[in-house]
Amino acid sequence: MDWIFYALDYLFGAPILGLGTMVGFVWKALLLLVTLLVFTAYVLLADRKIWAAVQIRRGPNVVGAFGLFQSFADLLKFVFKEPVIPAGADKAVYLLAPLVTVLLALSAWAVVPVAEGWALADINVGILYIFAISSLGVYGIIMGGWASNSKYPFLGALRSAAQMVSYEVSIGFVIITVLLCVGSLNLTHIVLAQEQGGIAHMLGVPWLTFLNWYWLPLFPMFVIFFISALAETNRPPFDLPEAESELVAGFMVEYGSTPYMMFMLGEYVAIILMCALTTILFLGGWTAPIDLPPFNWIPGAVWFVLKLSLVFFMIAMVKAFVPRYRYDQLMRLGWKVFLPISLVMVIVVAAVLQLTGWGWHGGVA
Amino acid sequence: MKALRFLDALLLREFVSTFFLAMRYFFAPKPTINYPFEKGPVSPRFRGEHALRRYPNGEERCIACKLCEAICPAQAITIEAGPRQNDGTRRTVRYDIDMVKCIYCGFCQEACPVDAIVEGPNFEFATETREELYFSKERLLANGDRWERELAANIALDAPYR
Repeated sequence: MDWIFYALDYLFGAPILGLGTMVGFVWKALLLLVTLLVFTAYVLLADRKIWAAVQIRRGPNVVGAFGLFQSFADLLKFVFKEPVIPAGADKAVYLLAPLVTVLLALSAWAVVPVAEGWALADINVGILYIFAISSLGVYGIIMGGWASNSKYPFLGALRSAAQMVSYEVSIGFVIITVLLCVGSLNLTHIVLAQEQGGIAHMLGVPWLTFLNWYWLPLFPMFVIFFISALAETNRPPFDLPEAESELVAGFMVEYGSTPYMMFMLGEYVAIILMCALTTILFLGGWTAPIDLPPFNWIPGAVWFVLKLSLVFFMIAMVKAFVPRYRYDQLMRLGWKVFLPISLVMVIVVAAVLQLTGWGWHGGVA
Repeated sequence: MKALRFLDALLLREFVSTFFLAMRYFFAPKPTINYPFEKGPVSPRFRGEHALRRYPNGEERCIACKLCEAICPAQAITIEAGPRQNDGTRRTVRYDIDMVKCIYCGFCQEACPVDAIVEGPNFEFATETREELYFSKERLLANGDRWERELAANIALDAPYR
């Protein structure tokens, strides 16, 4: 019978922080979920604001000061709209698709270490887990496109499937180069490796932590990862699955109301996840850029969010100033440019690490 | 040349320069008007919502000549005329404008010999139902009373050009 109490304690515990009792897993998960959703709401607003600013517009500014409540107003609007299900649609799959998208996008966050020890599940194959979950994300889109029983969604879903598969290959190789340097699949270890060793240590200035981070030694991979992340999350300039000028709204054509909102939510959560992944892999996660006061007084979570926001700012800017790729250009970039470069880089990085003995050796005993 | 182009693409030169261009626009002053709270200038010749005007003594200007009804290309105006009860002068019994049909060409105000039907500066008369856009004589006269100051000023401003 004891295991029941252990399980209950693990799940619920005491919902009070810092009293010596274990904080239940459910409460932690809930806290992460709520924070993430509120953050997503503001990321959405930031996206629109940045887009507007580059186009010399003001963007949403009526709901609340500077439009701060715009996303919540949109939420209410979506929720109160009537959901329309096309007569020819496969009802079950049609309604399941947005759920799949949003659930997969959210579940990937279980392993993200926002600060040291803050990951809900600090598993040893964290990066593989994220990679697997984000690969599954394409199912939501394919299901939505197929179940809509309409040609634009179908074409959008097909494009999306091909696109995501193509770019996952290069993302995989980029991740492998990082993993070679770290020697561990654990996301926390990836950040620790960037904190404890690297170019800054080699140059004898260990307090310049930002030189340690992998964006510098693996700069080409950083760029490839960033661009592949755009393609992976269907962001402009690679938003072909929902290209308005060609496919109206792609796989989301037949969706409205709450299901549409869930697609949008899933998409943005996935984008934030990609930003977080960029932060962890290349920008040193929660570590301060300069390991000196006042920089290292600021908590790690704040640095993490700041870096994440910086990456998102770049993603939003790219949306604002890069025209959409043609489909064959997208495929060419994925298979004929990124794949060879990342393959060669995997070999180069592996050879350099093997010959020089650089890399992090704290992860595996 | 080919090598140069290759380097260009590899180093993302255009991308980086475009980023800085976009950042310049990012901080540029925004020309957008904050619409419901601030509005752009409206020309005195602006052809917006219709109104039936009155003389300063309160007498309605319209004499039911039906020129506006005749010239209306969308046939949005419907007029019925008859002698008025108290003094027997010729007046409109009915003066309807279907604002859904109206194309805001301004021919009615051009045709009017007594400046009775005019198109005012108001363009914010959106309604929730179509029926509310079938304007009756009462509605048009009320518009005239509400907007008379602007209407008179606009007519005076435009007078030198007529």
